[in-house]
Amino acid sequence: MNMNTLEINQEVNTEISQLPKHGFFPRELEDEAIYIMREVAAQFEKPALLFSGGKDSITLVRLAQKAFYPGKIPFPLVHVDTGHNFPETVAFRDWLAKETGAELIVRYVQDSINQGKAKEETGKYASRNALQTVTLLDAIEEFKFDACIGGARRDEEKARAKERIFSVRDDFGQWDSKRQRPELFDMLNGRIAIGENVRVFPISNWTELDVWNYIKEEKMAIPSIYYSHQRQVIERDGMLWADSEHLNKDADEIPFEATVRFRTVGDMTCTAAVASEAVELDDIIGEILSAEISERGARIDDKRSEAAMEKRKQQGYF
Amino acid sequence: MDILRIATAGSVDDGKSTLIGRLLYETKSITKDKIEALEMASKRKGLDFLDLSLLTDGLIAEREQGITIDVANIYFSTPQRKYIIADTPGHFEYTRNMVTGASNTKVSMILIDARNGVLEQTYRHFFIASMLRIPKVIVCVNKMDLVGYSEEKFNAIKADIQAIADKVSFDGQEVTFIPMSSLYGQNISIQATEMPWYAGQPLLAELESTSFDEIKKPARFPVQFVVRPKTEEFHDYRGYAGKIASGSFSVGEEVTVLPTGQTSKIATIEKFGTQLQTAGAKESVVITLETDVDVSRGNMLVKAHNQPSQLKEITARICWMDSQPLVSGKTYMLQHGINDSKAKVVSLSSKIDVVNQETIEAGVTELKLNEIGDIIIKTAKPIFADKYADNPANGAFILIDDQTNSTVGVGFVL
Repeated sequence: MNMNTLEINQEVNTEISQLPKHGFFPRELEDEAIYIMREVAAQFEKPALLFSGGKDSITLVRLAQKAFYPGKIPFPLVHVDTGHNFPETVAFRDWLAKETGAELIVRYVQDSINQGKAKEETGKYASRNALQTVTLLDAIEEFKFDACIGGARRDEEKARAKERIFSVRDDFGQWDSKRQRPELFDMLNGRIAIGENVRVFPISNWTELDVWNYIKEEKMAIPSIYYSHQRQVIERDGMLWADSEHLNKDADEIPFEATVRFRTVGDMTCTAAVASEAVELDDIIGEILSAEISERGARIDDKRSEAAMEKRKQQGYF
Repeated sequence: MDILRIATAGSVDDGKSTLIGRLLYETKSITKDKIEALEMASKRKGLDFLDLSLLTDGLIAEREQGITIDVANIYFSTPQRKYIIADTPGHFEYTRNMVTGASNTKVSMILIDARNGVLEQTYRHFFIASMLRIPKVIVCVNKMDLVGYSEEKFNAIKADIQAIADKVSFDGQEVTFIPMSSLYGQNISIQATEMPWYAGQPLLAELESTSFDEIKKPARFPVQFVVRPKTEEFHDYRGYAGKIASGSFSVGEEVTVLPTGQTSKIATIEKFGTQLQTAGAKESVVITLETDVDVSRGNMLVKAHNQPSQLKEITARICWMDSQPLVSGKTYMLQHGINDSKAKVVSLSSKIDVVNQETIEAGVTELKLNEIGDIIIKTAKPIFADKYADNPANGAFILIDDQTNSTVGVGFVL
């Protein structure tokens, strides 16, 4: 019997897989996230919303808007600008801050490099992704933020699956998976000592599909690079990379034009594009439902090692 | 679309991770790149089959020890509903995680290795599912392939577990038994070919058809945040933001504010500018009142004819979650929902031997990590709680150590 295990194991219930998955967004997730936003505003003195310009943080801004309406969002949006962001993302960030009337604080990785606190990576895979941590921790110290709201979701990656909604970090921003507080029912304990801060993840229980369904149902605007467009790219390791001045190319890596979109938006140096004709949200949702590659599969930074995310989190990564 | 939250519990080798992996696999919730990664990892381990357990075994420490050490949340969906599985460890040291993972769930899946039958763990899981008043328990008798898919073996295990259920189940708790093999996909999403004697549904069909009759619960609205925009347009606006804990509220209804006892009528129920006539449990809303009454965070809006007790002395069952034991006479912060108060443990009356279902009363001086016992605790401020058995959404609290700020215990109001 064991000889055939592989075959037997790969039997799939075709009855289920052939059924169309309805794109309904479970509203309970929104109620839960709004509840968390309000707990942050009530329990902390100096919260901030970490804004990356990606769809998850845009969703957070929407939730914060709803949580305090008709009042304004009672905390600033903080963006750590690596200098390698897509220009479309940066333009969108500025537009959204204006649109919502939220305060926007931007801190630059370039400044951390100039101050000698962070060192630019070299080589073909050089990226500023890991350097963001330095700038973020400095910003937390500068503004004395005691809670930072982020858009991480537990479905993204294995180490994320175990993170709490209120995740306490020490002075160095470090996460210790063994020291996490139990979270019972919906009770959130945000008590911290001086110097500590809490990372808060209101959309912990959302999946990528939930986020897209929500964007659709809420008719939210998102940066244009999520939709199909023409772009100069190179092919590397079976993925399409956006060509830019920040990308270190080999001589044989010659840019060509392709019809692509981005499934996740990070730095230009660490986010791969996917060939796509999706011009509407429904096309994007359709792609996700039939997707062959997971969301973080397009994140080059995660591929460095199997335990990449957990190691970065221990070092204070978001 | 609704969400069904499930807690899984099982001992280290019951094949829990494999079962969850298979659920994800058979519902097509795993993308191709993840399956490829799985194939690689399986080969590295020298296996000739896909080790589906690797999908959920997350942390580095876990990979070293080969066991699950914390609560992990796993997501999948079918055309029917979204599922959230809180995968909680089965090792005896981690009762704390089991209670945590199960605290939000409606279904508890208890895994049994068909070769081993009932273990000490089984009692613990059942007891916790009942203490948390989880309405449905599915007993997954796994690894049936290793006992030749024997009906006799299954029935013997079923009888043993039924005997436990008879002791600890509460009125209205449903217990279902399913024989399965998660390694071979028998009775996970497809009816088992190897067990024609089993007339029930496979696991996924059982989950899909699970629904709960909502018993009318009393209306409870804890006020989280007072919305005061102070803008031109909303100059005198005063809204009370919160998530309805239980029951429902409608515009025009009379409400009482706790603790002051002042009354008013509901003027509006709002959700981001949308006006609702009625809102129910778990909805995050903003309520405005017709008259100016004094309401602040931690207060509760209820209906005059059905109020919770305003407790300053609470009898509760406690599950202890900290390495520093609970001792009588010590002061903690008590957090009930979003309301909190300093609190002092007045007495520790008994400890529960979960495995033998016995109450130990003599010589109980402390409650250690993972122990369960009954206490009386006094609070500085009144707590507006219901008995947990009557209204779980308003009947639990946590205890926080004010020196370490850790959440050290969870209590259920008796």
